Amino acid sequence: MYKYDEYDQQMVDARVAEFSDQVRRRLAGEITEDQFKPLRLMNGLYLQLHAYMLRVAVPYGTLDSRQMRMLAHIARKYDRDYGHFTTRQNIQYNWIKLEDAPAILADLASVEMHAIQTSGNCIRNISSDQWAGAAADEITDPRPWAELLRQWSSFHPEFSYLPRKFKIAVIAADEDRAAMRLHDIGIQIVEKDGVHGAAFYVGGGMGRTPMIAPLIKDFVPLEDMLSYAEACLRVYNRYGRRDNIYKARIKILIHELGADEYRRQVEEEFKHVKSLGIDPPKAEFDRIAAQFASPPLDASAPDAIDRSDPDFAVWVDQNVAAHKIPGHAIVNISLKPVGGIPGDASSAQIDLMADLAEKYSHDELRVTHAQNIVLPHVRKADLYSIWQELDAAGLATPNLDLISDIIACPGLDYCSLANARSIPVAQKIATRFSDLGRQKELGELKLKISGCINACGHHHAGHIGILGVDRKGTENYQLLLGGSGAEDVSLGTITGPGFDEDGIVDAIERVTDKYLAERSEGERFVDTFRRVGIAPFKEAIYG
Amino acid sequence: MKLLTGNDLKTGFVTWWTGADWSLHIEDAADVGEQGEAILAAEEGARRVNAPYIIAGEQTADGPRPAHIKDRIRALGPTVRPDLTLKPADPAAGDWVI
Repeated sequence: MYKYDEYDQQMVDARVAEFSDQVRRRLAGEITEDQFKPLRLMNGLYLQLHAYMLRVAVPYGTLDSRQMRMLAHIARKYDRDYGHFTTRQNIQYNWIKLEDAPAILADLASVEMHAIQTSGNCIRNISSDQWAGAAADEITDPRPWAELLRQWSSFHPEFSYLPRKFKIAVIAADEDRAAMRLHDIGIQIVEKDGVHGAAFYVGGGMGRTPMIAPLIKDFVPLEDMLSYAEACLRVYNRYGRRDNIYKARIKILIHELGADEYRRQVEEEFKHVKSLGIDPPKAEFDRIAAQFASPPLDASAPDAIDRSDPDFAVWVDQNVAAHKIPGHAIVNISLKPVGGIPGDASSAQIDLMADLAEKYSHDELRVTHAQNIVLPHVRKADLYSIWQELDAAGLATPNLDLISDIIACPGLDYCSLANARSIPVAQKIATRFSDLGRQKELGELKLKISGCINACGHHHAGHIGILGVDRKGTENYQLLLGGSGAEDVSLGTITGPGFDEDGIVDAIERVTDKYLAERSEGERFVDTFRRVGIAPFKEAIYG
Repeated sequence: MKLLTGNDLKTGFVTWWTGADWSLHIEDAADVGEQGEAILAAEEGARRVNAPYIIAGEQTADGPRPAHIKDRIRALGPTVRPDLTLKPADPAAGDWVI
């Protein structure tokens, strides 16, 4: 994985020093909150319901064990012994003291991490496929391109004050594990005539106006990728609305211009940008790419798995994925124990996952947008030992992509923007469907919960989505069906009137019962929904 | 009743105006009546509290209770982590929020 060069480290260290002085001045009363707020947000420090919240960037979700241990250290020393992994592959701490923030950022910098550009109207942390570099179906590792975009977008002077925040995802497989088309720019590395290029999807997003990104360019030569991205951003920066925060995202601009006109303007801008020479020389890209070289994996390692322990076999079937190298596997660690808080992990659990990565996964971990953790490069022969250690730590819930593998934002329990709590709803649903046999009978069913219209819980993209709203001072939950953030991307449809907390759990049970009654052989929930439409489900829900 | 609340500058913790100072405990909160805006302005000037604002509440047998669930969660702590609330030993504390 990528290691900072001297410039990366200087930039991060300089920012720590700068922010330390800004905090000092704020605590001394030399600057007001109005003056300080944009400065702290540039460093990922929000003020939430109960305390300051620090959002730490995990570039394209990739960590080594040293970095993971630092996340545990921060949770233990400065927070309340846990962290919350987010839907953008980052981690958040909920109980940070302002006076500790400089020390935390210095600790992060010591392991090549930071919280820069995890807030504000800039290009946020680049996200990617959590199985990058390991997936059997990828055409190349997308992370060198994600890293190139990270370097390009870090402190980019032209794009530090965009009309609104800007999110980019990069994948290199047909299976979309990064919700690519629900980003401001989604890039898919594709192959044409034996050559790799970048397909640009621009103008997707969730929030109050969800949109699926249209294809703007089907093949950009990779040596032009940065210039093309720059052109996309320039057109947005020039014409994106700044007078209305709700219409400021690029998706609104493209919707109003039309994809064809936006594409025309980007192409025109690209001709100019390409003359500026911002794309890196091949040698520089090769330097970056070399740091993502596959670890030494022995393709002759044993491929068989001893499945004699039935609990282990269940976990293997659900949480272990195919690796591109024989004898190896991808381990998905669920942070969704039944009744637990989706995405939360204690410092001890974080340390354990770091230890496992160091011992069994060539020192690598990934954070997923579904709020789970991945050990990407594991020998199949080591799976049983890993499972035993995970199980002892409460990290072996075998529910990947099942109904209890719920994405949930922090909701009203933590977030100052939320209108309703998300986590208790997730806990009740997971408890209602706790029987694993029942979950497996339902099959792949992606359930996603947001506590407000900002959609951090990706409710639009859930096979079943739940949106918490404030109805005359009480929590109310709208139900959506038929969304997907994967390669079969779609937006969910609201079923009708909302429910209270217990009512939404009952409604979901009626929906899943209807699915079981209606499904054809081999159909997932979302397949059945698409075939039969919403009417039978509405009837089941409302009578 | 009207309550004045904000977050402590140094810690970010939720804090309530008591009539003379700030407290982490809503039981100490005072009814600011029509003086809220003036107190708010003065306290913002003192720069001890972040983002202060005035909320509606009611006086109950257990003390002041904010009208909106968001401020009740702020007053107690996250409902999903009773151990992290201001009343970790009180299993019924969450009922006050909901």
